[in-house]
Amino acid sequence: MNMLEVQNLTKSFGSHQVLKGVSFSLKQGEVLVIIGSSGSGKTTLLRCLNFLEQADGGSICVGDEEIFNAAGKMNLSDHAMRDRRLHFGLVFQSFNLFPQHTVLKNVTLAPTLYQTTQLKKAKAGRNAIKEAKAGIEAQGRQLLDMVGLSEKVDEYPCRLSGGQQQRVAIARALALNPDILCFDEPTSALDPELTGEVLRVIRSLKDQGRTMVVVTHEMEFARGVADHVIYMADGVIEEEGTPDEVFGNPKSEKTKAFLAAGYNR
Amino acid sequence: MDFWGVIFDLCQGFSVTLKLFALTLVFAIPLGFILAFLSMVKFKPISFLTKVFIWIIRGTPLLLQCLLVTFIPSMVFGIPNKDFQSMLGIRTMADLQFTFVLFAFVINYACYFAVIIEGGIKNVSIGQHEAGKVLGMTKGQIFRHVILMQVVRKITAPMSNEIITLVKDTALARALSVIEIIAIAFEKVNKYAVLSPLLYTSLFYLAFSGILTILFHYIEKKLSYYSV
Ligand SMILES: Nc1ncnc2c1ncn2[C@@H]1O[C@H](COP(=O)(O)OP(=O)(O)OP(=O)(O)O)[C@@H](O)[C@H]1O
Ligand SMILES: [Mg+2]
Repeated sequence: MNMLEVQNLTKSFGSHQVLKGVSFSLKQGEVLVIIGSSGSGKTTLLRCLNFLEQADGGSICVGDEEIFNAAGKMNLSDHAMRDRRLHFGLVFQSFNLFPQHTVLKNVTLAPTLYQTTQLKKAKAGRNAIKEAKAGIEAQGRQLLDMVGLSEKVDEYPCRLSGGQQQRVAIARALALNPDILCFDEPTSALDPELTGEVLRVIRSLKDQGRTMVVVTHEMEFARGVADHVIYMADGVIEEEGTPDEVFGNPKSEKTKAFLAAGYNR
Repeated sequence: MDFWGVIFDLCQGFSVTLKLFALTLVFAIPLGFILAFLSMVKFKPISFLTKVFIWIIRGTPLLLQCLLVTFIPSMVFGIPNKDFQSMLGIRTMADLQFTFVLFAFVINYACYFAVIIEGGIKNVSIGQHEAGKVLGMTKGQIFRHVILMQVVRKITAPMSNEIITLVKDTALARALSVIEIIAIAFEKVNKYAVLSPLLYTSLFYLAFSGILTILFHYIEKKLSYYSV
């Protein structure tokens, strides 16, 4: 069964149609890499998946649950919206860490708030909440350890390098255990010598069986990590296939031109 | 001249000044937040009216507003101030005058605060909101746990300027015959025909704004444990 099924997604800003009907599917544990030139709609696609934008048309299914359908009414309560959105995680190009919180708090804040509301709703006692918080903190430390930052739990984000900040952002997204983790050019804001540490973390997530959608300009990394590659141009999927098909033997002229230019950058 | 007697009376006057100062802050800061939110509401008529209101209040002198407020009960509601006073359960005419002044101060300062707060909120990058959203936080949680402290830090410096101005603006209360420190100082000047009570008065103001300056420096330092 498909973990993620996106059908015919469309999105316009004013009269400018940015997504012109994008469909793809993804199995559990697969990594989808999306490449494409600037303005082709990659970020918009990820934002639609994460409900930061609402698509104008199409549908999104996770497992057997339809979490979005433009045809249906989407008058969801804040709470229902939140549960649907939590199927996805998103790592931003610009990290967007919370500057006033420590690294650990960055990771634990959202799950703590989430669990506390759930427990309070279920009229759980103070001890249960305390226990939950301790559990979340332990998990946060574990995640930070996994991304190689166990030394930095009590630092503030401004004291970390870009690569370290992005690794915190990855741990933060993982703390809510999303079904599908999305990355929007996770290394574009980094100095070249810092991209490696972030890409290594993403690769280790693949090895752990995470389902991921990665938008990137790092072609070599893309080829290595992807199970499936989509090349987007002008709001449509111009070409897709296995990494070897798309990188090794592209069929579309546009893809060929893009790859030729991309490798030379 | 009875030096200690004069100082004692000035202290009493200054306590009125401080009361006006503190109560203005207590009410104007929350109201400033409310006005800031209202002027950012997506529903245009509300944000527009809020902005017009803020523009009018900031565009006219506080002294004028203090004087106008006293006419609100009779002109707008047709209630003479005497009846208004008993309606509110206010004991003396002097207390009623103080209430009027406080009301004008709160509205006036809330509008100045609102502009600063709105600027502070808009200054927090959209990425912070989005990061919170993607992590499944509700709007309220995002504001409380992500945005608010960043706003507080951004507005501390401009707010402290306004608050120190407020210390000095309290002198306007005299126009509505609220007996604060300057009113008492002038009474002493007239009584003893010496200028020294005015000098002492300025020392009160200096000491207080000095304390506030130190306090705000401390707060700013406390809040600057991170850089954005
Ligand atoms: N909020 C918005 N309002 C109007 N236009 C937008 C908005 N967001 C994106 N666009 C437009 O949509 C198009 C696609 O943008 P998008 O950010 O999805 O491209 P991208 O493939 O991620 O590009 P890049 O590689 O530069 O990140 C662009 O032309 C952009 O100007
Ligand atoms: Mg983009």
